Amino acid sequence: MVGEDKVDCGRRRLLVATATAGGVAGVVAAVPFVASMLPSERAKSAGAPVEVDISKLEPGQMLTVEWRGKPVWIINRTKDMLDALKKLDGRVSDPQSDKKMQPEYCKNETRSIKPEIFVAVGICTHLGCSPTEKFKTGADSGIDADWQGGFLCPCHGTTFDLAGRVYKSMPAPDNLEIPAHKYLSDTKLVIGIGQDGKEA
Amino acid sequence: MKAKMTALLGWVDARFPLTSTWKEHLAEYYAPKNFNFWYFFGSLAILVLGLQIITGIFLTMHYKPDASLNASGVPVAFASVEYIMRDVPWGWLIRYVHSIGASAFFLVIYLHMFRGLLYGSYRKPRELIWLFGMVIYLLMMAEAFFGYLLPWGQMSFWGAQVIVNMFSAIPLIGPEFSLWLRGDFVVSDATLNRFFSFHVILVPLLLLGLVAAHIVALHEVGSNNPDGIEIKKKKDANGIPLDGIPFHPYYTVKDILGVVVFLMVFSIIIFFMPEFGGYFLEYNNFFPADPLATPPHIAPLWYFTPYYSMLRAVTVNFFWIDAKFWGIVAMGGGVMIFLFLPWLDRSPVKSIRYKGPIFKTAVAIFVACFFILGYLGMLVPTPMRTLVAQICTVLYFGFFILMPIYSQIDKCKPEPERLTG
Repeated sequence: MVGEDKVDCGRRRLLVATATAGGVAGVVAAVPFVASMLPSERAKSAGAPVEVDISKLEPGQMLTVEWRGKPVWIINRTKDMLDALKKLDGRVSDPQSDKKMQPEYCKNETRSIKPEIFVAVGICTHLGCSPTEKFKTGADSGIDADWQGGFLCPCHGTTFDLAGRVYKSMPAPDNLEIPAHKYLSDTKLVIGIGQDGKEA
Repeated sequence: MKAKMTALLGWVDARFPLTSTWKEHLAEYYAPKNFNFWYFFGSLAILVLGLQIITGIFLTMHYKPDASLNASGVPVAFASVEYIMRDVPWGWLIRYVHSIGASAFFLVIYLHMFRGLLYGSYRKPRELIWLFGMVIYLLMMAEAFFGYLLPWGQMSFWGAQVIVNMFSAIPLIGPEFSLWLRGDFVVSDATLNRFFSFHVILVPLLLLGLVAAHIVALHEVGSNNPDGIEIKKKKDANGIPLDGIPFHPYYTVKDILGVVVFLMVFSIIIFFMPEFGGYFLEYNNFFPADPLATPPHIAPLWYFTPYYSMLRAVTVNFFWIDAKFWGIVAMGGGVMIFLFLPWLDRSPVKSIRYKGPIFKTAVAIFVACFFILGYLGMLVPTPMRTLVAQICTVLYFGFFILMPIYSQIDKCKPEPERLTG
């Protein structure tokens, strides 16, 4: 032992080094615990693509299927509905779908592969509620006299048009998400695999 | 007999500080002699914590954190809560004590915090007591949030969906973080199981530790009082504060009175109005969780509504970040800003009794805003209501941010030398 008020630098260095190594080991040991909270293999495989038969979906009708536990809407839009979309460019916040809320092949006027068939995740981009359909136009809709048909989120009042585009000055920041999807045939659709082969 | 007991006590005391702990924290802990009504709520909070732990232990014996559907197509978790309510002997009582206990806990804690605000109990040397208390409050919020998912009703599911999604608004790491918290791409069985784990193990353990730290820190510096002066400055020949009385038996007896009155009111609610008109148990939560359909109106329980109003009040984008993120900042900031109170209050006196008119007005405005925000948070937003919420949010933050200025220029009265009663 050196004098009581003198620091043994060699021992102190050893102590600091040991404590640091111990601390690093502790942090490394935390990794498996933190990682165990990530989605499990089972949860990931439950995200498998879903096949949908749309042969019976008449114009103006909507179908909801479950994909990764979320509602996915498939709507067969009528000619009137599609025409109405063009009138709304000035009233929606992202008319050209510039934000990445859809795969590249859906970045178009109707936000879809085929103009009439619209596929979207039915989850509001604000805080995750599921909007309700308001297809009736005009005063009948209960929204306003100029309503062109679309969706209303019951939680915080966001409105979307029939291409899932969010109206201006709404709580939700983005358009509805378009999932990766592709056509297996004219009437068969798969959700979860894109036309470009990418999974999402 | 008595000699044997004394010998036994001596045997224990030689091995464990039993008598000295009893004296330090109860029989010879000298508290100011002028505690009033506002001083009931600390001990009541401990009582409610105890009730929550005991009822929680028994609920855990029957509850199942399982989101899969049973043979009748009802989620197992939801069905197990109905089983507790209908089939378990006295299960309904235990569950109601737990669910009403949650609201009671927040009520007594809000009153306890308000006491601190009135009498400056957060001021030097009690800053750490205040900080420990604030962390307890944050943990209670987490505990309430995790617990609310467990019945797996519609409000449980969509409430958790909304809150977990809030984290996804954090720039850069947000979406990954909420995925990690949820453990799945949606609120699911994985989420339910981990929230159950947090609710019954993690948060209660932390809470108990912090409550102990809160009390140890309090007994180290001594209690504040309605006059906001230090009783330790005037001591008698034995070193006992002249204005202090031993906690036991004086304040144990006083607190027992508080407990009796509290339990009377609590029992009336349990037996006659357990849902409290939808404020303690929301009606939409009597429907099992349906991930494909949101209920028409979502609102949190009353104790979160002031902050929920702030979340909705922010509708403007700042810089390049969405209003959604700033709403969450306002909500979190509204809770966290209490942490800074000890350093925001620059008044020369502690207690509101000797503070001037500006501070009194500021407290009145703050309380009014808190109530208005809480009320609006339960309602569907309209443009008018949003405007009111925005004004109240600004005033709420103004109370804290401007405090260093107005607490210094305020015209205070001189503090007394001794307690005034």
